[in-house]
Amino acid sequence: MDLQLTLNGKRVVWQAEPGENALDLLRRHSLSSVKWGCGEGDCGACTILLDGRSVRSCLLVAAQLQGREVTTVEGIKEPAGPPHPLQTAFVEKGAVQCGYCTPGMLLSAKALLASNPSPSTEEVCRALDGNLCRCTGYQKIIEAVQLAAGRMRD
Amino acid sequence: MSAERKTRIVGRSVAKSDGMELACGAPLFCEDQLPPGCLHARVLRSSYAHARIVSLDVAPAEQLEGVAAVLHHGNVPRVMRTTAGQGAPEPSPYDFTTFDSKLRYVGDRVAAVAAETPELARQALGLIQLEVEQLPAIIDAHKAQAPGAVVIHDEPDARVVIPVTYEPQRNLVAHVDFQVGDVEKGLAAADASFDREYSCHYAQHAPIEPHCALAEPLANGRLRITTSTQVPFHVRRIVAQALQWPVSRIRVIKPRIGGGFGAKQEVLIEDLVAFLAVRSGRPVFLRLSRAEEFNSRTRHPMHIRLRTSVSAKGELKSVDMNVLSNTGAYGCHGLTVVCNCGSKVLPLYRWDDIRFWADVVYTNGPVAGAYRGYGATQAAFAMEVQMDEMARALGIDPVQFRLQNHIRSGETSPVFQALGEGGEGVAQNIGSNGLAKCLRQAAKEFGWRRRPRRQSKAILRRGQGMACLMQGSSIPEVDMGAASIKMNEDGSFNLLVGATDLGTGSDTILAQIAAEVLGVEMAQILVTSSDTDLTPFDVGAYASSTTYLSGEAVRKAAKTVAGQIRKVAANILGLPVRKLSLAEGQVVAADGQSLTLARIGASSLYEKDQNQIGAFASHTTQKSPPPFSAHFAEVEVDTETGLVRVLDYVAAVDCGTAINPALAEGQVEGAVANGLGYALIEEIKLDERGRLRNGSFREYKIPSTLDLPKIRVILVPTYEASGPYGAKSVSEIGINGPLPAIANAIFDAVGVRLRQAPFTPEKILAALKAAEQESS
Repeated sequence: MDLQLTLNGKRVVWQAEPGENALDLLRRHSLSSVKWGCGEGDCGACTILLDGRSVRSCLLVAAQLQGREVTTVEGIKEPAGPPHPLQTAFVEKGAVQCGYCTPGMLLSAKALLASNPSPSTEEVCRALDGNLCRCTGYQKIIEAVQLAAGRMRD
Repeated sequence: MSAERKTRIVGRSVAKSDGMELACGAPLFCEDQLPPGCLHARVLRSSYAHARIVSLDVAPAEQLEGVAAVLHHGNVPRVMRTTAGQGAPEPSPYDFTTFDSKLRYVGDRVAAVAAETPELARQALGLIQLEVEQLPAIIDAHKAQAPGAVVIHDEPDARVVIPVTYEPQRNLVAHVDFQVGDVEKGLAAADASFDREYSCHYAQHAPIEPHCALAEPLANGRLRITTSTQVPFHVRRIVAQALQWPVSRIRVIKPRIGGGFGAKQEVLIEDLVAFLAVRSGRPVFLRLSRAEEFNSRTRHPMHIRLRTSVSAKGELKSVDMNVLSNTGAYGCHGLTVVCNCGSKVLPLYRWDDIRFWADVVYTNGPVAGAYRGYGATQAAFAMEVQMDEMARALGIDPVQFRLQNHIRSGETSPVFQALGEGGEGVAQNIGSNGLAKCLRQAAKEFGWRRRPRRQSKAILRRGQGMACLMQGSSIPEVDMGAASIKMNEDGSFNLLVGATDLGTGSDTILAQIAAEVLGVEMAQILVTSSDTDLTPFDVGAYASSTTYLSGEAVRKAAKTVAGQIRKVAANILGLPVRKLSLAEGQVVAADGQSLTLARIGASSLYEKDQNQIGAFASHTTQKSPPPFSAHFAEVEVDTETGLVRVLDYVAAVDCGTAINPALAEGQVEGAVANGLGYALIEEIKLDERGRLRNGSFREYKIPSTLDLPKIRVILVPTYEASGPYGAKSVSEIGINGPLPAIANAIFDAVGVRLRQAPFTPEKILAALKAAEQESS
């Protein structure tokens, strides 16, 4: 079936295959930042922003993207532009270890900062609760989100 | 090198060299690199804990349109080997072949299919007809050696390839026994003695990227394997062994990988994609499902009986550690993990008499393997809880008790010589040792014994606990790491290392070492790692070895290259080599003259005495210097629900020089988080038929942001003279602390000793109830 959606600010028309979920559809279109971690909505590696909300793309059927605005990490900065403040802060703080959960973390953090520019530590923890990381113990991720929040407020 | 000196890039928290690419979601992982026309593989797995295949009909699967190849025991050669990615000859038994006619655990391989789509592959699995004769299964490790117990490895060709005890007829994978002094006498003669039993459970590594691998047949008859592995060179050797090919026909590339923690020290799926690609002549990709990943490899469950004795003044006397380790259906890492129980725990304290003895047994449970901590995690739990019991019985503060008894710089332990990788180990004296500083600094930062105590009648009760730890840095006289460096005409360098960055940041750390020696900025060091065609050999990322071992190989190669650069500069400037040094991208002469590295690079490649500036270096080690660590935890126990909340956690670690402090802290934070999960919430559960009951993140919870306290890490600098710029290891040690520190804190809070991990609300309530009944 034909799907029309806005992907990272650009209108696209894609063919979805029968039974395909949003994660597979996005990866088939070379959006490699959207990761498969469990396929069951538990780990958050496949997080995307759907109309600005952080959601698990493995739990959406492709058709649910019809007419919606989808943001992936490929779209949070201009292709030749500087990194998003969250990306800079993650790298600076050592919040990226293996990097497999990072795109999902960045998007959940971005959604948080859009609605709450000055989150407390607890609010950051709540917003990232659905994104699992096995490498970092989350300490540096939380610090990075708050560093980026500070810079984005300035 | 022996003296400490000021460094420019070593010791700085430079950003991880691959950090921004990863944060941009670039296609760096295995699954991001599938070629067009790639087939997808799926594995049919045993739903029986123990069974013999009577008949297997794969024809309906083979006939399904879109299926390219089906593998099973009838069409794949039987080559006994191990999945453990260890140096050859491996200390793990050869008790595994690609497919066998016997199934030894729920999840064992029956067949594998490659098809045009994952859905077709799954459909094909459903068409395979399997008939089995079920056999009695052993799930409980204590029953593995009972008289008349079923033999799990009754195949005549299971064997060991190094001279160690292996008696599969008795389900015995390994047996170790050594004694120094007279333990029984020492236990009987001392003022106080202790005898307790402790147990640790099955747990899983849970990397967010599961095992995945891609095999591509090349037109020249070779096979290229891109795989999420910690051990690319062992993958090449073991896949070659399985295929009965020469190593030269296989190239293994490790892309970025989404975590490993030991699970990817196993060669678990590369043989399957290799065979399927060879049979079909097409590229084949396999990624384990999350349920399969949970049943891929686990931590060895152990039962430990620990007996100790101590004088009234608090001097440790004798120790007797006896371990029963459950390796599951295959013996990978069985022997070496259990050896680590002794070798990474007993040397921490001074003992007069030491006995360490252990049995490793087969069961029909999930297969255990390498897991961060590697046996030290389980044994440190027993030891550090018993240390707390001793200190309390003697009325000595637990911190003081450890300060009194821990091993010092310049001292040795007979355990180093007695216990190695299965056989004897390598004697060593302790060099750097910051444990006393770790204890004092962490106790101060944490506020040890300075917090107000809760009333013993309160529902929520708080307590403090602590533990001391050591690990090693590489396997002495076994591990080897190598590096090569070549110079380009703009003064940049290609650094090629076999070492495997699994997210830990080793590419960055190794580049820091090269940049330090060569006097250039990080941007001038271009790292290529873990490609068996391009990079020199390295055993891989395990045994806490990369910084210490591969780092020294890099330092040696860079030293040689620096010497070559000075020689070229000496020729251009007409000065003696000894008057020249490298700094800030230049060669500088004592008289103030200087040449840029770009000038030297261009000269060497295009102008005079043309010659590629470059060098190889390899490194092995005679030592495995332990990092040391002290952990402190505060918990709050809800006496009505049994729930334990960790309120505060401080870990001080002596890893020698931290080449990159932010990355070192990250290793400790991640290890502590994983250890807290193991102590409190993580446990693989089996039903009575050996089936895994909780193979998903929903049922097997790993800590999320809401489950962890603030973890405060203190790096206590020391200088390890045998390591590059004074560095030791840091990546594993942190996972060993939470089990004992939390157990001791729970005792402090509510007065019950938990010796069976994990510390679930059910166990705490049961212990509280038992204590109440005892006192009334």
